[in-house]
Amino acid sequence: MTSAAAKQPAPRKLPILQLAIVAVLTLVAFYAALVLYMLSQAVIAVLILALAAGFAVIYGFNRFYNGRFIFPGIATVTLFVLFPLGYTIFIGFTNYSSFNLLTQARSVEVLMSGGSVDPATEQPFSVAPDGDLYRIWLPNVGLLSDPIALSSDEETANLAVADNPTTLLETRDAIKLRSGLQTLTLFTPDGVELRNAGLRTFASVVPDYRIIDNDHLERVADGTILTADHNKGFFVTEAGEEVPPGFVVTIGWDNFRRVLFSDGIRQPMFSIFIWTVVFATASVVLTFGLGLLLAVILQWPHLRFKPLYRILLILPYAVPGFISILVFRGLFNQNFGEINLILEYVLGVRPNWFTNANLARTMLLIVNTWLGYPYMMLLAMGFLQGVPRDHLKAAALEGAGPIRSFFAITLPQILPPFTPLLISSFAFNFNNMVLILLLTRGLPDIPGTIVPAGSTDILASFTYRIAFGFSSTEFGLAGAISLLIFVMVAVISYANFVAIRRAENRRSGK
Amino acid sequence: MIVERPRDLLIKKIAAHGFMILFLIVIMFPFMMVVSISFREGNFTTGTLLPENPTLEHWALAVGLDFTRADGTVVKPPYPVLLWMWNSVKLGLMAAFGVLTISTISGYAFSRIRFTGRVALLDVLFIIQMFPTTLALVALYRIFDNLGDVNKGLGIDSHISLVLVYWSGVILHIWTLKGYFDGIDTALDKAAAIDGATPWQTFRFVFLPLAVPMMAVIFVLVFIGAINDYPYASVLLRSEDKMTLAVGSRLYLNEFKYLWGDFAAAALISGLPITAVFLIAQKYLTSGLSDGAVKG
Repeated sequence: MTSAAAKQPAPRKLPILQLAIVAVLTLVAFYAALVLYMLSQAVIAVLILALAAGFAVIYGFNRFYNGRFIFPGIATVTLFVLFPLGYTIFIGFTNYSSFNLLTQARSVEVLMSGGSVDPATEQPFSVAPDGDLYRIWLPNVGLLSDPIALSSDEETANLAVADNPTTLLETRDAIKLRSGLQTLTLFTPDGVELRNAGLRTFASVVPDYRIIDNDHLERVADGTILTADHNKGFFVTEAGEEVPPGFVVTIGWDNFRRVLFSDGIRQPMFSIFIWTVVFATASVVLTFGLGLLLAVILQWPHLRFKPLYRILLILPYAVPGFISILVFRGLFNQNFGEINLILEYVLGVRPNWFTNANLARTMLLIVNTWLGYPYMMLLAMGFLQGVPRDHLKAAALEGAGPIRSFFAITLPQILPPFTPLLISSFAFNFNNMVLILLLTRGLPDIPGTIVPAGSTDILASFTYRIAFGFSSTEFGLAGAISLLIFVMVAVISYANFVAIRRAENRRSGK
Repeated sequence: MIVERPRDLLIKKIAAHGFMILFLIVIMFPFMMVVSISFREGNFTTGTLLPENPTLEHWALAVGLDFTRADGTVVKPPYPVLLWMWNSVKLGLMAAFGVLTISTISGYAFSRIRFTGRVALLDVLFIIQMFPTTLALVALYRIFDNLGDVNKGLGIDSHISLVLVYWSGVILHIWTLKGYFDGIDTALDKAAAIDGATPWQTFRFVFLPLAVPMMAVIFVLVFIGAINDYPYASVLLRSEDKMTLAVGSRLYLNEFKYLWGDFAAAALISGLPITAVFLIAQKYLTSGLSDGAVKG
């Protein structure tokens, strides 16, 4: 374990080239942090700033030679694991959702960009082709615009007094350009802004709101004052009406209160939690049992064709999971699925695998056992080799049958090294989102819930659906539930940690 | 077990083989069905294991070719399967190279370089490693959504963002490699130090060559892990031409557009190479897996 080499930092002076590279990279990172800060991404900016400073110090001075080996790993873990984990927890305390998506500044921008057409300034227009480009001709005031491409990107053009253009597009052809016209802003020589107001007209557009200060806007039409409500994340009128779009604010423990006290969330979440535990436990027991059984048979010295059996048996593990799961999705299909065809032929039944909650759960367990037993089998085959033959021989001499000696000798010997792996398998299945998302998407849904909750959803897929589902995108609530899952996973992880340490001590003790 | 009568042994052998064969038939059923379905006509037909009118329609569509049916109608490929495959392979390779680079250096650091807080840091990493990062999806979505405002290449629907997310799986492999380096005799580094090698040179010329087998295992593991990923890719990839196989294949079995036959052929074409890679590497993978897990 000890190393003489690592204790002595290199005494050489740093070459100029290395210093230059470090300086350039650091400056690039500083610049990136600055840009992010300007875009009000302060947290990411500070993080990058800190990492850049660390990078400069560690690679710029020979004193920190050892740090150079540690830095890449720590930086990666901080940026891509710790930061997202912390950020998830933070989001759990906000109202971030499809209704409250923006920062306050962006919200104000959106409100300010909206406007109403001033009918008094509405006037017809025509489009005059100019090579590949176009000019807009306003006959009432005799103004012609600079040439523009009329693409669907935002464009602006100045108007100037001009004579009647010789060729004008037919109205029909002008209408074809409407996506370009809609994103066009024209400026008259007096500085008045004109925008496309209808199929045939341009008009000046009056903004709906006027900024009073950071937290107050005035609605131009009726003089109503809008105040930013930092508890709700909306601008509200004096009458209490919320004006979308909302912005993201921290709302304290509200999401957690909803999870724990709102019946429409708490009840489905409780049943989802129970199913998650049942699913993970049953998956571990089934895959372990089946894998161990197969491993014991494969260990039998009198069995021939072992390599062939072995390679065929691990095929389900070798095929990419998403393919097998989708294949099962097709095979279990109620109407054209081959499994139901066979069942109908043999037993005369046609189960609704995807619409009946208990059948859907059974299907998930069948598929997960199919997917998971080879891993357990491979591990069990390894551990079985470690069981001393003498013990089994002694048991046989004492008259114990194969089953008795399996439970009395083999199982107790392989269970301790297996325990950490079984716990990791439990933790893996506790969050086995791929299986649920690809096979059932959590369906069938539990009736009468506020957020979409399915009877085959596990906690992780439930969170995923809350955040990225078709109907709702409640990131804040999803963050809060994630935090609760973190706590549960932490307990499992700690158990695993202890189990592994024990297995280690036992091994080094012997 | 030690001495058995020949007749009993024969019965046991028949029972064992019989069980194995029956079990294998059940296990192989999905594979056989998929092969059969990929040669059937249409997307809804049911039939026997050996298709009555075998057709290459689904296979042609899966490799991106138009298919002309007997009655003259031309069918266009529904999805760009080969492009998805390329995306998956590209992402897998980028993820694997990145993770390998970081985890090799860090594994060496944790195994050989003394620094304060080393043991504590290792324990912290070990605990963090057990947290499923798929739960941080909401945060990752928001982070990359924001970064997309700075630069589109770092935003949602970019392969670079997804690769960065895959790098977060690095901790497990740091642990595996640390365990591997721990098993290398310290006499080697001492010899290198006596010859005047810096820690970097020791790493580059002594440890790196020794770790090649383990690095190959990790490379394959990360590669396959990235190809199999669904949650990250489904959140971070939006447009059809950016999708990976795992996200794209889901489109085949949509309730409203159910392309069972086309899916079967696409699944076989994309699944076979990955399965082959896995089977070749399998022997090393499993030993690596259990070592990494137990050594802890």
